[in-house]
Amino acid sequence: MSHLPAFGRRAALLGLAAAMTLPRARVAFADAPGEARFVVVLLRGGLDGLFAVQPYADPALRDLRGPLALPEPGQEGGLLDLGGRFGLHPRMTNLHAMYTANEALVVHAVAGNWRSRSHFDAQDMLESGADQRLASGWLNRALSAVPARPGAQHNGLAVGTDMPLLMRGPTAVANYAPRGSATPPPDLLARVAELNAADPVTGPAIAEGLRIRGYAVSTLGDAAAMRPQPGGAFRALALSAGRLMSQPDGPRVAAFELGGWDTHAQQVNRLNGPLFQLDEGFGALKEALGDHWRRTAVLVVTEFGRTVRVNGTMGSDHGTGGVAFLLGGAVAGGKVGGNWPGLAGNLFQDRDLAPTTDLRTIAKGLLRDHLKLSPQAVARAFPGSDAAAPLGGLLRA
Amino acid sequence: MDAPAVIAAIRFGHGRRPSDPVPPDPAAWLEAQLAPGLPGPALPADLPTTLRAVFLAQVEDAASARAGMGRPNGRRIATEEAAAAVALAIESPNGLRERLVAFWTNHFTVARAKVGPLVGVYVRDAIRPHVTGRFEDMLLAVVRHPAMLSYLDNQNSIGPESPSGQRARRGLNENLAREILELHTVTPAARYTQADVTNFAKVLTGWSFIAAREPHGFEFRARAHEPGDKTVLGRTWPEGEQGGVQALTWLARHEATHRHLATKLVRHFVADDPPPEAVRTVFAALRDTRGDLAAATRALIRLPAAWSPPLTKLRTPSDYVVAVLRAVEAPGDQADRMAVGTMNYLGQPLWGARAPIGWPDVAADWAAPETMLRRVEWANGVSARGAGRDAADVAEATLGPLVRPETLRAAARAGSAREALTIVLTSPEFHRR
Repeated sequence: MSHLPAFGRRAALLGLAAAMTLPRARVAFADAPGEARFVVVLLRGGLDGLFAVQPYADPALRDLRGPLALPEPGQEGGLLDLGGRFGLHPRMTNLHAMYTANEALVVHAVAGNWRSRSHFDAQDMLESGADQRLASGWLNRALSAVPARPGAQHNGLAVGTDMPLLMRGPTAVANYAPRGSATPPPDLLARVAELNAADPVTGPAIAEGLRIRGYAVSTLGDAAAMRPQPGGAFRALALSAGRLMSQPDGPRVAAFELGGWDTHAQQVNRLNGPLFQLDEGFGALKEALGDHWRRTAVLVVTEFGRTVRVNGTMGSDHGTGGVAFLLGGAVAGGKVGGNWPGLAGNLFQDRDLAPTTDLRTIAKGLLRDHLKLSPQAVARAFPGSDAAAPLGGLLRA
Repeated sequence: MDAPAVIAAIRFGHGRRPSDPVPPDPAAWLEAQLAPGLPGPALPADLPTTLRAVFLAQVEDAASARAGMGRPNGRRIATEEAAAAVALAIESPNGLRERLVAFWTNHFTVARAKVGPLVGVYVRDAIRPHVTGRFEDMLLAVVRHPAMLSYLDNQNSIGPESPSGQRARRGLNENLAREILELHTVTPAARYTQADVTNFAKVLTGWSFIAAREPHGFEFRARAHEPGDKTVLGRTWPEGEQGGVQALTWLARHEATHRHLATKLVRHFVADDPPPEAVRTVFAALRDTRGDLAAATRALIRLPAAWSPPLTKLRTPSDYVVAVLRAVEAPGDQADRMAVGTMNYLGQPLWGARAPIGWPDVAADWAAPETMLRRVEWANGVSARGAGRDAADVAEATLGPLVRPETLRAAARAGSAREALTIVLTSPEFHRR
């Protein structure tokens, strides 16, 4: 994609992520991945990074975001403080506890190597790890460099009813779906309900079904929407992944996903459920991994961020710069990384958070330093990414 | 693609597979499916599939059950037959043919719970060969079939004055006779009385079957047959097996039967509230041809009302399952077991109607909130497997001009390819046939 060199130059000029480029000693590749555990969580639909991690100290935030700017830390319903400049959404208490324990790293103003605002294109490239859609995903290609363990399970595991493109490819990976994991995210159910609303047969039936199940509260924007949703399905997914990965002969690398992030309307209400579910999943993963948590890195990514200005329906539209989370006992956490571009006068195309960190640099850093892949293997996972050098400093020394 | 091609596939079939050829003349494409001899389900070579083989397998099962080893044959036969039937629906290019098989199987309901291993062979032998034949032939095949005789308890119905009835203290069972009159042929519109039911039950005494030895199927048991003439609906039927054959043939050709079948066919293929004019047309076709079901189907196909969108019939759960799996081009042999399980989950288990009247055929009976939500959830699960498929392409290929702009807009705005596909598969128009 033609913007790549420009992005690389721009990143260099900005002194991109200087704090995170510490060189790191290399370890013998033959042991890869050793006891390390690696999880990738895909958030489909484009999480609003500015909503999940709010730069409350940025003077332009409240003007631009209006109702999407939550109260500052310490106030009622306020953000969970991340060290004086950024605050985490109040539903994400597990993540906040990990951050406080230096087990979670937030990287802000992240974007992939694309500027497409199409979900489908962006997700394809996010998972392919290339400038265009490939038949295989970067995590699968990375796994091809990880030796099989005789008598053990496949190293890779896709959890859920889907085998995401991220995990498709030449390397054999397992696929497991706990019961109930096909449950659509509340936001999707809300859209289906909306699309059927005018239909005299399907409309009332679906609306009533949602009401009965109690989804309507958070999905359809009721005033009582601050109540957290049960979020059982994603928690079950994360628990399953963690338990399987904690087996001695279990998988070492897992991928799973959570939808419901495409919030064009009523975003304040509609993100409560998904953020809570995601956070419950983080907690469940840590719980299930037990002692292996300290050898774990979890990378949480989404295909793009969203528009900075609130739109006409109290939501946000498809944008560019977003957020990535990195959590786990292996992670050098407790800080907000990346390079904050600021909001005022510096929006990408006068619309989106300006991207300052190439998502691939984070993933490549983890492949190199956490999974101990060779430079050749990392390059195979992310073809054509020479301009995006692996980030160091993501893991505890 | 124009509307008639899509309507033909949706209204008269199980929906389009995107790779299906678009018929240049949709009505002619449908009529071509009325030719006899179209293929039935593909069954495993080692499965007991004839009536004789199924009965022998049940003999083995009886021995196995006595030894405390369960009934492995019966379970396997029922499972494989169901899977093969659904696989055919998912893959068949002759959607109308399969819909007709489903329609008549439902009209002549037998339940898997009661006669599990026999349902497959029942559908293949008593229903499938006759869906474009004469109604009286289907009725006779059905009533002679051990699945129906057993389901409605006629095999042990004994004429009180018959030699068997005189010896043992057993007697009539009216079940089959009553349901034939009430559900399968003339209906209460013919104003039959309890005496008609009792007498018709006497007509059918001796209609039984033998499982464990030759002929391994239907047998008229003269010793159980009630002697003498019997009067049903003002007509007198002679003693013996022929009396039953004549009575059934007469019932099959009865005007009230034709009116009932015409109403059910129009309700199934056209609208929950059958337009009277359409019913009259199909009725006339049945009357004029003495119950030629191909002629009745042809009359349905030629109804102007059958070609006018919007389609209003709600797909039943089993129709919906098949339509979704066709839309994502699921291979039949991979989808069959999942499809059978999903039909259970969505409240319409294959061959599992809870009463001889069969499954209902109007939207109100299928639009329960929980069931509709389950459809959405299941479709979302299928969309995961179909992810990567372009939702707009699927919409164009399966709904053509029937897809609404708001559905396409919602799909285009969806958060992922998977969600976009879910939205198309759960749109109001996709729920219709």
